[in-house]
Amino acid sequence: MNKRLEEYFVEKGLFITAIFSIIVILLIIAFIFREGFPIFQEYGFLNFIFGMDWAPSDGQYGVFTMIIGSLCITILALIMAVPLSILCAIFMAEIAPPTMTKILKPVIETLAGIPSVVYGFFGLIVLVPFVRVQFGGTGFSMLTASIILTVMILPTIISVSVDALRSVPLEYKEASLALGATQWQTIKNVIFPAAIPGVITAIILGMGRAVGETLAVIMVAGNVTQIPGSIMDPVRALTSNIALEMGYATGLHYNALFGTAVVLFLMIMVLLVIANYYHYKKKVVIGGGYL
Amino acid sequence: MSFRIISPKNAQKIMKSIFWASGILTIIILIVIIGYIILKGMPVISLEFLLADPIDSGRAGGIAPMIVSSIYVTLIAGIVAAPLGVGAAVYLSEYAGESRLVKLIRFGAETLAAIPSIVFGLFGLSFFVIFLGMGWSLLSGGLVLALMALPTIFQVAEVSIESVPRSYREGSLALGANKWETVYRVVLPAAIPGITTGVILGMARAISEAAAILFVVGSALAMPASIFDPGRPLPLHLFVMATEGISLDNAYGTAAVLVIMLLVITVLTNTFVERYRKKMMGR
Repeated sequence: MNKRLEEYFVEKGLFITAIFSIIVILLIIAFIFREGFPIFQEYGFLNFIFGMDWAPSDGQYGVFTMIIGSLCITILALIMAVPLSILCAIFMAEIAPPTMTKILKPVIETLAGIPSVVYGFFGLIVLVPFVRVQFGGTGFSMLTASIILTVMILPTIISVSVDALRSVPLEYKEASLALGATQWQTIKNVIFPAAIPGVITAIILGMGRAVGETLAVIMVAGNVTQIPGSIMDPVRALTSNIALEMGYATGLHYNALFGTAVVLFLMIMVLLVIANYYHYKKKVVIGGGYL
Repeated sequence: MSFRIISPKNAQKIMKSIFWASGILTIIILIVIIGYIILKGMPVISLEFLLADPIDSGRAGGIAPMIVSSIYVTLIAGIVAAPLGVGAAVYLSEYAGESRLVKLIRFGAETLAAIPSIVFGLFGLSFFVIFLGMGWSLLSGGLVLALMALPTIFQVAEVSIESVPRSYREGSLALGANKWETVYRVVLPAAIPGITTGVILGMARAISEAAAILFVVGSALAMPASIFDPGRPLPLHLFVMATEGISLDNAYGTAAVLVIMLLVITVLTNTFVERYRKKMMGR
């Protein structure tokens, strides 16, 4: 009887730990939305999202330039990171000899482990002067931020893509090679197409990391609230806006920064739902014997 | 065949070198970043730098209070997040089966892992610092970092618990042990290496985070006496040093200390996992 009671309490206790992350998410939503709500109420949700001017001292709270800033930095980073990381993932999964894989695995883990502040610091000390000398301007630009983000999202995209490539059934590969296809033809026509849903998930996760990155971007992006005219212009990301101004914000300004966090949260949720959709699709497609 | 500009054989050769180049480029990127930070930071690091208090808001002196702050917040994060993450992993792999709730819990962990660190920071400020009245302290900071470490620990622990062979559980149940005894005496010990890796990875995430604690931990320069004092962990110190242009030398030193710490963590977990894998294979 005593044992059965213990079993009962253990199971209930474990259940509570299991739903803890959901409770935390609900708390985060509750507190972020509660503090952000006044800005939507007083300034208007659409004015807040599509407003072009951010001037808290004049009561202007439009974050549109920062939404565009975040998206531009992220897309430029993806343009650089996606080809490199997919090539590197295919290299790791299909081509590299065991010694190379043994070197690359910790390399990618270390790249993922380096603190974002260290990346930002490296960008500030090395990349900003480099861009200033090579391309002119101050060096604090959308391009500089994107280069740093490229390096930061490489490990995410590579490691998830490698998993996707390795989970392609061996028979697909063997059948293709047995038909006389070269290794490259097999990769191009068989392995990669079968892994595409997983690769898309990887890219979306990398995108999420890029959108959410804060301090590394602050240190190199210049943080001017404007729609960038070229990749050499300084931009301000949504995340940067919060970190830059939270230290001294009061009243509606404080609420506006929480409102910025609401926008960020919604963007990340959209990305997550898309990633989950592709993840689901991958299982169906591969399980169904797609070729 | 004759219409092909590049024959399949040459295409294979060209692509193979492109793949090799991309792999090597990735390694070079890492070496350049780490090499630069360590080369510039090593001359700054001395025993005195590690053990002294900062002087003149960090222009001179050392980083001892920052190291202590980092240890405090990371330990709090680990101690709080490890039981929660492992408990959730045990529940999902041993008790729950496949249900809507399980899918929801997994989606919850994914969401928690994807929420930007600055959003955690705002939550920490409004919930721990203000709502619960913990103030700007190492405790508030550690708790925010625990929430960030939680999904990592959970995800790694779940994979390692699920990879414990079924026969272990069946053997234990056949001997008359009940479910919790089986989990506690058989499954968890077998999964310990994976769980340890998960906890270390979670704590590594906590020790390198700055944005989430920017408005939570207080950023004080003094040596914290307890976890209820404000502090300034290493990444935050580096951010302040670099952006306020206080001291480039000390910023290099702090960055190098952080990078070396993470290198040590990566190497240790890798040798640990490798050794365990060999032990299991050699059985």
